[in-house]
Amino acid sequence: MADQEITLMKGNEAIAHAAIRCGCDGYFGYPITPQSEVLETLAEQKPWETTGMVVLQAESEVSSINMVYGGACTGKKVMTSSSSPGVSLMQEGISYMAGAELPALIVNVMRGGPGLGTIQPSQSDYFQACKGGGHGDYHLIVLAPASVQEMADFVDLAFTLAFRYRNPAMILADGAIGQMMEKVVLPPFKPRRTEEEIIRECPWATTGRIGGRKPNIITSLELRSEEMEVINLRIQAKYREIEAKEVRYEEFMLDDAEYAIVAFGSAARIAKKSIEIARSQGIKVGLLRPITLWPFPTEEVKRLAGKVKGILSLEINAGQMVEDIRLAVEGKVPVRHFGRLGGIIPDPDEVVEVLKSSF
Amino acid sequence: MAKMKGATVVDTERCKGCNLCVVACPLDVLALTSKEVNRKGYNYAHEVLSDTCTGCASCATVCPDGCITVYRLKTE
Amino acid sequence: MTREEIIEKGQVVYKKPVLLNDTPMHYCPGCSHGVVHKLVSEVIEEMGMTDKTIAISPVGCAVFAYKYIDVDWQEAAHGRAPALASATKRLWPDRLVFTYQGDGDLACIGTAETIHALNRAENITIIFINNAIYGMTGGQMAPTTLLGMKTATCPYGREVKLHGYPLKITEIAATLDGTCYVTRQAVHTVAAINRAKKAIRKAFEYSMQGKGSNLVEIVSTCNSGWKMSPEKANKWMEENMFEFYHLGDLKDTGAVK
Repeated sequence: MADQEITLMKGNEAIAHAAIRCGCDGYFGYPITPQSEVLETLAEQKPWETTGMVVLQAESEVSSINMVYGGACTGKKVMTSSSSPGVSLMQEGISYMAGAELPALIVNVMRGGPGLGTIQPSQSDYFQACKGGGHGDYHLIVLAPASVQEMADFVDLAFTLAFRYRNPAMILADGAIGQMMEKVVLPPFKPRRTEEEIIRECPWATTGRIGGRKPNIITSLELRSEEMEVINLRIQAKYREIEAKEVRYEEFMLDDAEYAIVAFGSAARIAKKSIEIARSQGIKVGLLRPITLWPFPTEEVKRLAGKVKGILSLEINAGQMVEDIRLAVEGKVPVRHFGRLGGIIPDPDEVVEVLKSSF
Repeated sequence: MAKMKGATVVDTERCKGCNLCVVACPLDVLALTSKEVNRKGYNYAHEVLSDTCTGCASCATVCPDGCITVYRLKTE
Repeated sequence: MTREEIIEKGQVVYKKPVLLNDTPMHYCPGCSHGVVHKLVSEVIEEMGMTDKTIAISPVGCAVFAYKYIDVDWQEAAHGRAPALASATKRLWPDRLVFTYQGDGDLACIGTAETIHALNRAENITIIFINNAIYGMTGGQMAPTTLLGMKTATCPYGREVKLHGYPLKITEIAATLDGTCYVTRQAVHTVAAINRAKKAIRKAFEYSMQGKGSNLVEIVSTCNSGWKMSPEKANKWMEENMFEFYHLGDLKDTGAVK
């Protein structure tokens, strides 16, 4: 079966191919290292000639996210991708989409900051991705891929979750996952939804008043405080539901573990290697890999705290997810953080040394 | 000779008393009330010289709030 | 013949378009926005596009345009309406897509989105209300504020040394290869209103014919911001605004071929 073929490609390329295959209607983006291959691959694939998917290079990330905002208003499956500085520019549009409750996919292939920073991999946008990022009380659904395969698989998953909850979703990758080549089985082709399907599935969308229905208005504005509180409470209730139903994570060698590493994305791959080395030295350590960073696997970390003697948060940043781990652990066991900065990826051996000296 | 007779109906509750219809009327048919106000507190437009209206609709055309409906009838 | 008889037997020569609903508009008395809302509603009705229109409202006084004109609306972030419109039109190419923006939204914070959407020849129409002031925030200087004009943030009058020159973004738009129809209109008299309506109709038709992007500037009054009566504001606009912002078509390539 052609669809099951194993191919070799970059994570960024996998995102592009998966978007075409999962029936994405529109991609709007702006070049930035290390994610430009997403737009380049789409331009090379010309999906507008096959599936009818719109691909547009915008004049800025500000514009691309607002194209995504407009596209999402129409009920279509739309997405953008960028890297850290570009995603900072997008925060206004993301906040509007969260406020207007619109489904869309934003891919952030993180690089080191702050500012223009570096083009090397980093995980330093965890706070921005998981704690809102823009203004107002909101959350994105945040998926953290740890392989090229997951880059491909999470596109459809992100759209599914985004439409299920009418909320923007983010794939939070990093420069390593985006740039590395790995074998991948691309998802099977799924046709784009027809106009009738979109109108049926998204009765809220601005499709034009087809059939003479009442006007659909998409806005995040409400000047009456009482009404605005009701809207906020409804959105918060939706977040509680997402927290209850959509937590995803992977456990690795935790059954007999005395210590645990919590790590996501590229850091989780390093953690697995570190665990192998540590176990060969008799240290019983396992891994909890959050796949959804928001909703965060709080309950799982809490359970872990009742089982192990210490938790190490391994992140390619100065310590961001560690705060969520500490909140979950509630002081029951020591929680340490280790990370490298400036675009440097931690070495598995140094992680083992940190494990030994931390607990 | 045929003559055009017109009449205007002002939605006085919608009217904000901007006076633009009064200025636009070539025959001084309309004026703002001097004392009476609508529920929003505006003096509103109303016909004061009904007989002279030809139904040219200048008042309604310039009305920013779409308050005025204009009728026209041909008479001998 | 009594007034009642004329109403009973006569024909309706003017009434509020159906598409402009009964919700009272929040605009100040005499505000040009109301007239343009009427014209847009009339044109959509006359083109039979009520069920195929997607409009984008700005941030500024017209932010609530969606409450008054009964079509589908998207409320954009400040200045970003042309980006929303670009995507919307590309995703639903058979829909009538237009933005409705003020001078601060379009010619200041959204300059990039405006220029690039127009230059990409997106088949959309941008309705641009230029009253040379920020209305909603309380009368601050706009990119289009005339030299010498007083606003809350240039209380002694706009001067070149401090604030630079007013921006003729419509002239810039006319130089872009992507634009099909670029025009500057006003709505202060019956004749001007009729011309403005024709311009909006033409722009909407070109955008549906796929001829490129269209910009209809309406030089407007903001009598509250200008601190004068609606009548005086119209006069002031004629005497001051038109000298700098010349009325008429700047470009029309739609009629050719």
